[in-house]
Amino acid sequence: MGIVTRLVAQRLALGLLLLLAVSVLIFIGTQILPGDVAQSILGQSATPQALANLRRDLGLNEPAITRYFSWLGGVLTGDLGTSLTSGGNILSEISTRLANTLFLAAVAAVIAVPLAIFLGLLAVRYRERWPDKLISAVTLSTISLPEFFIGYVLILLFAVQRQWFPSVATVYPSMSFLARLDAVILPALTLTMVILAHMMRMTRAAILNVMQSAYVETAELKGLSTFQVIWKHAFPNSIAPIVNVVMLNLAYLVVGVVVVEVVFVYPGMGQYLVDHVSKRDVPVVQACGLIFAAVYIGLNMIADIVAILANPRLRHPK
Amino acid sequence: MKRIPPAALIGLIITSLYFLSAIFAPVISPYPMTEIVGGVWDPPSAAHWLGTDNIGRDLLSRMIYGGRTTIFIATAATVLSFTSGSVLGFTAAVLGGWADQLLSRFVDLVMSIPTLIFALVVLSVMPVTIPILIVVMGFLDATRVFRLSRAVAVDINVMDFVEAAKLRGEGRVWIIFREILPNALSPLVAELGMRFIFMVLFVSTLSFLGLGVQPPLADWGGIVKENKDGIVYGIGAALWPAVAIATLAISVNLVADWVLNRTTSLKGGRGG
Repeated sequence: MGIVTRLVAQRLALGLLLLLAVSVLIFIGTQILPGDVAQSILGQSATPQALANLRRDLGLNEPAITRYFSWLGGVLTGDLGTSLTSGGNILSEISTRLANTLFLAAVAAVIAVPLAIFLGLLAVRYRERWPDKLISAVTLSTISLPEFFIGYVLILLFAVQRQWFPSVATVYPSMSFLARLDAVILPALTLTMVILAHMMRMTRAAILNVMQSAYVETAELKGLSTFQVIWKHAFPNSIAPIVNVVMLNLAYLVVGVVVVEVVFVYPGMGQYLVDHVSKRDVPVVQACGLIFAAVYIGLNMIADIVAILANPRLRHPK
Repeated sequence: MKRIPPAALIGLIITSLYFLSAIFAPVISPYPMTEIVGGVWDPPSAAHWLGTDNIGRDLLSRMIYGGRTTIFIATAATVLSFTSGSVLGFTAAVLGGWADQLLSRFVDLVMSIPTLIFALVVLSVMPVTIPILIVVMGFLDATRVFRLSRAVAVDINVMDFVEAAKLRGEGRVWIIFREILPNALSPLVAELGMRFIFMVLFVSTLSFLGLGVQPPLADWGGIVKENKDGIVYGIGAALWPAVAIATLAISVNLVADWVLNRTTSLKGGRGG
């Protein structure tokens, strides 16, 4: 047991270290690159006086290292800074949006994960026959489609021609759970289609990998039906790789959510980030970038830890 | 020379058509890119095959010019990402030691931030121009090429013919370009198609978010953004660019698959 806890602790520490390095990278990306933030905000026609004032207000006259540590100190104590465009506290502006984004991602995950696993099992059961080939062909073609295309096709079909769901996903704090669910169903379906293909193919590969092992052959030879072999022998042993697959794809969701929120005008983190990138509101971009990266790194770390817990071979690295 | 399988042939034809229409856009497009020639969202007609866009420009012409912009940016970014990524990847594999560690850990770091998020962060302080888009996309994508080419090169680097070259005193540049590069070509070429498609999707996504190619220049993602409000009225103008992206993606993949199969079978059975 000792070695497992040590490896998990190692992964956690590595994740935190990575996050720290990422914060440096994001800071460098926004502060030290050749672009001048003050110039970007005020535009080319700004007077030198106005530029100097803004630089002073932004603290740009301080050395970069000092600015980085004061930013990092703020982030660690829960102070993400002040938005340049609205003048509001970023943390309070972000919190409801983060909750909205997590809700949308959760709904998408609740639909996508069981569906992907079911389709993966189905594809393995009918391997190399028409259900497998059909599932492969459909999922492969969704990979080639951009997220916004899937979103607009769903809007055209289910919001314009059928009017089953709203085309704009409006949510507000006093909304009931069901009304909220109704509002996010189209964006959640879009996200589902974006990640379903990868998730299903990786699930299929994970189960097929287990299917090649000796104990599955034994189970087949003792006369179990294909379904029982998959359900009783292959599936339990592939749960761990599947959880790994699911985590990796949820990390992928983080990116998909940005585009989907813009398509459905959903008040989440992604739209907030995109809006403030075009307004060149650097503190907001830094905060959002850091949060997105943290979620991404966190999910990847969980995937790693699950892999270690599930596969004893990984516990003894050479 | 073996016969080209039909799937690859179709892919090859469609891909070449896209590239040809990108190159000859000014010759083949029926109207100028930015001229207003009709009403707002006119339906398809003999004069305007795909109808007109949100301010009455010919949609087919916008699509052709848009393809030119998108394909140009994607190609340039792919070339940048491949040259820098593979040279650095091979170098890391050949040098080994701390240089390899330094490069590999830096790539791990960059890849731990989702590509789109990183691009948005950088574009928030940089002016959004086409050269900057190409450099940002190429740099971010080079990390993936680096990983692949380093992995391939590490395998090749321990083979007998590389050892022989080292023993006869060839320098590192020779090892990288004359020994490793020719043998790493087939996995890299297959990856080339994937990366190109990724670049097309990437630049389209950025433009769709309003942070890529700026109007009035046309590009596929931008056309979606300009025409998206039409969807609510049942006007599908915004869907054409996505159809173009998807068909290009599928045909490039068909070609890449064929190239990969062909080169690996060549390796397996010489003279077969």
